[in-house]
Amino acid sequence: MAILEVNGLKVFFHTRNGTVKAVNDISFSVDSGETLAIVGESGSGKSVTCYSLLDLLPKPPAKIEAGTALFEGNDLLTCSKDQMRQHRCNDIAVIFQDPMTSLNPFLTIGEQLIEPLVHHPDKDQAITRRSAKEKAIALLDEVGIIDSQERFDCYPHEFSGGMRQRVMIAMALITEPKLLICDEPTTALDVTIQAQILELIKKLQETRNVAVIFISHDLGVVAGIADKVIVMCEGTIREADITDNIFYKTKDDYTKKLLSAIPEGAKTLPNRSIHGSPLIDVSNLKTYFKNQSGKKDNENQFVKAVDDVSLAISRGEILGLVGESGSGKSTLGRSILQLAPATSGSVKFDDQVLTGMNAKQLVPWRKRMQMIFQDPYASLNPRMTVFETLSEPLLYHGLASKKEIAQHVKQLMDDVGLAQAQLRKYPHEFSGGQRQRIAIGRAIATKPEFIIADEPVSALDVTIQAQILDLILDLVEQHNLTMMFISHDLSVVRYISDRVIIMNRGVIVEQGDTEGLWARPKEPYTKDLLSAIPLADPRSERLRIATR
Amino acid sequence: MYRFALGRILQAIPVLLAVITVTFFLIHSAPGGPFSADKAVPPEVIKALEEQYNLNQPIWQQYVSYLGDVVRGDFGPSFKYSGRTVNELIAAGLPITAELAFYAMIVALVIGLLAGIGAAVRPNTAQDYIPMTAAMIGICMPSFLLGPLLVLVFGINLEWLPVSGWGDIPGDKILPSITLGAGFAAYIARLSRGGMLEVLSQDYIRTARAKGLSETLIILKHALRGGLIPVVAFLGPAFAGLLSGSFVVETIFQIPGLGRFYVQAAFNRDYTLILGMTIFLSTLIIVFNLLSDMLAIWLNPKLRHEIKGAK
Amino acid sequence: MNSSIEENSSSLWKDAWIKLSKNRLALFGLAILCILIITSLLTPLIAPYSYEAQNLELGATSPSIQHWLGTDIFGRDMLTRIMYGGRVSLMVGFIATAVALVIGILWGAVAGFFGGRVDAVMMRIVDMLYALPFMIFIILLMVVFGRNILLLFFAIGAVEWLTMARIVRSQVMALRNQEFVEAANSLGLSQWTIIRRHIIPNTLGPVIVYTTLTIPSVMLLEAFLSFLGLGIQPPQSSWGLLINYGVETMEEFPWLLIFPGIALSLTLFALNFLGDGLRDALDPRASKD
Repeated sequence: MAILEVNGLKVFFHTRNGTVKAVNDISFSVDSGETLAIVGESGSGKSVTCYSLLDLLPKPPAKIEAGTALFEGNDLLTCSKDQMRQHRCNDIAVIFQDPMTSLNPFLTIGEQLIEPLVHHPDKDQAITRRSAKEKAIALLDEVGIIDSQERFDCYPHEFSGGMRQRVMIAMALITEPKLLICDEPTTALDVTIQAQILELIKKLQETRNVAVIFISHDLGVVAGIADKVIVMCEGTIREADITDNIFYKTKDDYTKKLLSAIPEGAKTLPNRSIHGSPLIDVSNLKTYFKNQSGKKDNENQFVKAVDDVSLAISRGEILGLVGESGSGKSTLGRSILQLAPATSGSVKFDDQVLTGMNAKQLVPWRKRMQMIFQDPYASLNPRMTVFETLSEPLLYHGLASKKEIAQHVKQLMDDVGLAQAQLRKYPHEFSGGQRQRIAIGRAIATKPEFIIADEPVSALDVTIQAQILDLILDLVEQHNLTMMFISHDLSVVRYISDRVIIMNRGVIVEQGDTEGLWARPKEPYTKDLLSAIPLADPRSERLRIATR
Repeated sequence: MYRFALGRILQAIPVLLAVITVTFFLIHSAPGGPFSADKAVPPEVIKALEEQYNLNQPIWQQYVSYLGDVVRGDFGPSFKYSGRTVNELIAAGLPITAELAFYAMIVALVIGLLAGIGAAVRPNTAQDYIPMTAAMIGICMPSFLLGPLLVLVFGINLEWLPVSGWGDIPGDKILPSITLGAGFAAYIARLSRGGMLEVLSQDYIRTARAKGLSETLIILKHALRGGLIPVVAFLGPAFAGLLSGSFVVETIFQIPGLGRFYVQAAFNRDYTLILGMTIFLSTLIIVFNLLSDMLAIWLNPKLRHEIKGAK
Repeated sequence: MNSSIEENSSSLWKDAWIKLSKNRLALFGLAILCILIITSLLTPLIAPYSYEAQNLELGATSPSIQHWLGTDIFGRDMLTRIMYGGRVSLMVGFIATAVALVIGILWGAVAGFFGGRVDAVMMRIVDMLYALPFMIFIILLMVVFGRNILLLFFAIGAVEWLTMARIVRSQVMALRNQEFVEAANSLGLSQWTIIRRHIIPNTLGPVIVYTTLTIPSVMLLEAFLSFLGLGIQPPQSSWGLLINYGVETMEEFPWLLIFPGIALSLTLFALNFLGDGLRDALDPRASKD
């Protein structure tokens, strides 16, 4: 018996620039105790579908055009506001993506936990604060919050990201819902934390026998937990089936594309030569920042973002640098490029010491090393056209005269796969992937020998991510580049790198050639990290969860 | 928190000292002595007066002794109101201005908050447009225009309300309070609307809805606290604005408060009175700025936490 | 643009203009402002009567064909007087705002770009000045040095630059950490080039908005002081002064209060609506989707 049955749901957004068919005629159902995963890239309508069930969309511009959503026989889409409050309070709960913004910063987490119980729409179902608090603390214990008695009175900012998501889960479960909607609940979290949260959701679902709708952009994440999978694209369902069929016997081209876009194994680049001599030589590099939180004791005066790191990168090599948030990996990259001043230690580029040079002395070296940034929305000046962005490095370093510049820029556009006709457009007129191509074009404009790519694909959808990775590999091969590739995503790093360095809390934990490290990790931290990677392979995922 | 407050108070001391110093030397560098306006005063009388007010001493000596007096809370005698001290005049005017400012603040907060929150709850409807247009009119209709117009309509044409005085005839406090409060009501309405709209678009409001809380509870408990921080931060500047607004309103309605004393002192070149009142009003404003700052910080648990951590 | 195959581009400025031109109130404000500026520039040429010539026999008359807005108690044409008053009011508004703009942008940009200790000291000074009761100080200055229009420009500008400095600083601070500025750094561009090409064009939006909103508040300040008799001094005139005269005789001749009042309010309206419209049009958050 399906607990939720959605039929012919259509949600359109009526904006000034026309109508967006966010969800266009979709149907699905969920049974008690079952996990349904809805997978899709950004703009596929997966979140809109679920928010429309609970009347959480901003109306206008959103409008539910057609369809029914029967929850235990009652239509959620046409019910009254009071009935909807009943459903929200008793039946359906949501875990949102970003626990930082989804919890009210002005209220203690305890207050936020107990309020649906204390202010229950049915007066006779409302319980006293004291018993609500008991219930909340028991639940906090269950989701793994230590010292739940004291933590009950803490504010959200006093928790780490993972802990905040645990609170969020407790908050969803406190009303004992029958259906739990998880909207990308682990996307904002580090990979090891993600594994813990997924496990927790799985466990809680089994003990409570609730139905779960799990929304994600990542097929790997849902492989281990979903019973059924829906693949959505541009508001429609492309494929819906039991999990194994989706992963192993897919019939749909789009699903195939999604699966093949997941970086797997290592790439092969035949025409590359890695010389022995190092292009980059970093020794005992330390980069400390003043502690902002104002503690003045000597021990904590500095944040040791990079703490005594030494490494070398050979010519032609792609070095992967992996770490979770706060590991210091980005700071290390910036320090190597002399964008963040090092506290001590040295960085040598082609046997020349860069540390200690002033801005003027660095100019000729800047031409030879470049950077690609993470956020394609922030890394381009919004008031400059593509032409201006790409011509700036060429003109500044005297690599092209004013006369030839148009030709050079067009060549760059070709190199990164952009149409020459778009030369005079502004960044906001491009998609994320195209913007990242522009940023890559800017980085290779000066024909550098060395490029640091800082999470260049993290902000992109998985199919776009695959295209950009291939572009980067192409360029590396064509221009014989040396690269340091920084990422939190182990699969991506494995795919692209010859050698890998694992960083944690400012120090190098382990390093080695990619395949060797994957096969035989030595350090416990590396093992944890590797075992936390979600694989797009339901069988091995289930096996792994079972053996934990 | 206490240490933070102490730090802020200590920071205010050099500001106050600067106010006193600048004001003192400005006044003393004024072209023409304080008695030059009075015609045909015999030179010996001027000399006697100058001796009485210590004006024959070197200026730095006058400054040091004045500073000493101010620290003891003594602003000296008034030049023009013979026989009365600045302290007496402030004591006479302060209760009236305080009462006027208090009523005006009530008017501003009640009308402003109701209009602003109401507008934010239903944006882009009549409930938004009408009060916000009214607020825009309020901002563009300064008190020195609104006051006379109100007098013209309600005092002179309709004869409903008295047009001058304070506490003499029943109802004479209504028009001044509205005149002074209206502009601030408009600002508060706009600020609270903006603040509430910002908060209502936050993810955590969606979370609260998903939990099945009632809209009333969501607004009162989840949105109000964050949404009103801009209003709280505005209270300090608003207080300074109320004081300078009282200059105009007390002049229009002939109310014997601090504001009218100040304007008259400015016209009469009553130097000691200006000096004393400037220092007194500045102190008040600095104190109120401090209070509204601290209230805004106290309302935000994250800032509260950081300040606690800084101990 | 050299070839027809290039696709149409639209800069953020163009987008903003399109948005603004859809906002009727803002366009209305812009139109009023243009009319006012043109009228003010041409006043000596187009004013129907002499500004000073009195006609005591005529005295105060209500609006008529000869005198559209009536005459004051000295028989002077009100329309002419409002036009001349508007010249002064607008001039104070623009010049004092320009003073605030120059000081504020320089101060804020330097503090924001250099950051660290320079920033801490500069912003502490701004904080301290914020705590000062400036209205009282302007009155004080006027009392001590006499009512001098140049002093008025300076004094009002000196009040308004503080907020401008804060806005520019926070903009520059935010931009300095943006990835595109970091990218410019990694290209080795000089600091001056980065400021000129990457920072300044991106701070212009908020500065334009704030400037538009500063002008009315400056005009209000001037009117306030003139109303108290502490601002513009006769024979010069401004709307605040005309309102002051109007109040004295409002029981008998209400139009002497109402017309200058309408002139002032309408101008403030226009500028505020234009400012709000510009804010909506230039807000980066609104232009993302």
